Amino acid sequence: MAATQDTVDRIAEVSGAYKYGFVTDIESDKAPKGLNEDIIRFISAKKAEPEWMLAWRLKAYRHWLTMTEPSWQKVVYPPIDYQDAYYYAAPKSDDDRPKSLDEVDPELLRTYEKLGIPLKEQEMLAGVAVDAVFDSVSVATTYKKKLEQMGVIFCPISEAAQRFPELVQKYLGSVVPYSDNFFATLNSAVFTDGSFVYVPKGLRCPMELSTYFRINEQNTGQFERTLIIADEGSYVSYLEGCTAPQRDDNQLHAAVVELVAMDDAEIKYSTVQNWYPGDETGKGGIYNFVTKRGACRGRNSKIMWTQVETGSAVTWKYPSCILQGDNSSGEFYSVAITNNAQQADTGTKMIHIGKNTRSRIISKGISAGRADQTYRGLVKVMPKATGARNFTQCDSLLIGDRCGAHTVPYIENRCPSAQVEHEATTSRISEDQLFYCLQRGIPEEDAVALIVNGFCKEVLQTLPMEFAVEAQKLVGISLEGSVG
Amino acid sequence: MALLDIKELHATIDEDDGAKAILKGIDLTIRPGEVHAVMGPNGAGKSTLSNVIAGRPGYTVTQGSVTYDGADLLEMEADERARAGLFLAFQYPVEIPGVATATFLKTAINARRKAAGEPEIEALDFLKLMKSTSKRLGVPEDMLKRPVNVGFSGGEKKRVEVLQMAMLEPRLCVLDETDSGLDIDALKVVADGVNALRAPDRGMLVITHYQRLLDYIVPDVVHVLADGRIVKTGDKTLAQELEAKGYAEFTGAAA
Repeated sequence: MAATQDTVDRIAEVSGAYKYGFVTDIESDKAPKGLNEDIIRFISAKKAEPEWMLAWRLKAYRHWLTMTEPSWQKVVYPPIDYQDAYYYAAPKSDDDRPKSLDEVDPELLRTYEKLGIPLKEQEMLAGVAVDAVFDSVSVATTYKKKLEQMGVIFCPISEAAQRFPELVQKYLGSVVPYSDNFFATLNSAVFTDGSFVYVPKGLRCPMELSTYFRINEQNTGQFERTLIIADEGSYVSYLEGCTAPQRDDNQLHAAVVELVAMDDAEIKYSTVQNWYPGDETGKGGIYNFVTKRGACRGRNSKIMWTQVETGSAVTWKYPSCILQGDNSSGEFYSVAITNNAQQADTGTKMIHIGKNTRSRIISKGISAGRADQTYRGLVKVMPKATGARNFTQCDSLLIGDRCGAHTVPYIENRCPSAQVEHEATTSRISEDQLFYCLQRGIPEEDAVALIVNGFCKEVLQTLPMEFAVEAQKLVGISLEGSVG
Repeated sequence: MALLDIKELHATIDEDDGAKAILKGIDLTIRPGEVHAVMGPNGAGKSTLSNVIAGRPGYTVTQGSVTYDGADLLEMEADERARAGLFLAFQYPVEIPGVATATFLKTAINARRKAAGEPEIEALDFLKLMKSTSKRLGVPEDMLKRPVNVGFSGGEKKRVEVLQMAMLEPRLCVLDETDSGLDIDALKVVADGVNALRAPDRGMLVITHYQRLLDYIVPDVVHVLADGRIVKTGDKTLAQELEAKGYAEFTGAAA
């Protein structure tokens, strides 16, 4: 209770007397429902942020008030009441944050275990460092010391803002500006946590950096912010995976991920997204409105996005690459699975600015049940991007006759020497394929999983090994009940 | 006990303009160790017979019974039949892009094991089994790394069908026009593979239009199928007789 009082006092200091009071129980303290400047000040104060960061948040918030929610995407959902959500919740008060896994709430560890993510095991697993985000606050960071010895910074972004303010200030919002789009602007105002990664010049980060996200508190908007900087000649592979327990209220998730790759640097960002998709009618699922963008600032730099999207009720997501440096390249590999009433409008943007820039887009969409899915992709070649090349392949697979798949490619080529290729196919799982598997003794659901995994293979094989296995299982689980 | 016992089997094929009668009263009994051939002209119902036995959707049994190893086969789903030891070598093996043949086979073997309450096959045991079987059947090992039937020649597809059959160790093998699309060399290789699988506890039903295949896979019993009925049954000499005279006698009778 002392901690709660402390929090109230801190808010009073920052913003004057606080009129709402707090809903606080033993395990979780949270800001009251709703969104206003006081809440933003509260979040900033909780994070003990530098003044410039609060100013940046407030600038974003004021801009957000002038914006309207986008409606061009092919998804339908009831209007979101932004005042009816919590913007901050922490599983424990900041004052007694665990210093190691041993200090983490055993209940929390058990939850991770249920999800098949035993942290203890992961700590031992060769090469995986974990920055676990649980309800907006990082509760455990492993391998941090080892990484820091090599000069790699891998920590919660709130910690980075205190310890490495010059780096954060320089790069935060440099790829996704605070005014970028409705959801990114909202995120800029209220983001609570996320990861910060800096890989120094010439270092090939020897382990995969991995963050597991979960959403736990009811009605808690999740606004993660991740910033990854790969300095000259460095390499880093980052894994993001998430899952959420069943719930009834729709939850908004609006994350922002920014990647910056300098000369000869390479960033590989892999996601397996398995948030609660809602029940068969879509009730209770997560709204996943994410802005992910990488800037290939340097020459010969490379950014590769791989995503396996199986969860969420509504997904709106376009991991993109801005290819500024000459000879830089961007790749986007995507598997999106929608079942029952799930909706997804996802794709990528490849903006060719530098000379001889290359991009490659491989998108595999699988739709089952009554689900609707859209691939939306932009390939833009600027006049000075001589010798730029793009290859895009969009394949859609339909299961059943009530689902939909749509492909919306935008190509803007302003450079005569650029080559842009686009291929698209739509197919169904054929009765013949299914019967062939059945006749070998493979049950129908396993057969569908097998065929769909084959369809996605090109994408799945770009995932790091430990993720690929998980993703293959997920493909099968996501399509359960889609046939028969 | 008979391995397969078909009695008075009538079946229709579901078509857009209604059901069409194809099988019009088939009686056929295969005992363990026997190889039966079913020969017949185009449209006699040969493929329908194999599809009905395997449980392919799109056919309706309107009359009669099929008993497999004492059980009512028609009550079982297609995958249950397969796990119970029924194997159909397809006339047109199906392509499954992105799924390695080895993965496909491993999945099939494990499906059987799971149904039998056994643990999954050890990776090393599977590898050994695959190596020895492919060597025996002259299938290059890299072929099993390629996606199921994708880009395979006609001969390769049939050879891999036989390889699958060998690895899944069925009790009843149904070969649906396995000779179609094969040149004589490929035919010999495939036939050698099938002959190697002849065993006292295993039955085979070889469906073919031509007698040629039966020079290599010598049957114990030959049936002539015409217009949905078995019109004649004899020993292997019946096949040679048909080769000389053709099917005119039977199609004439049917018409």
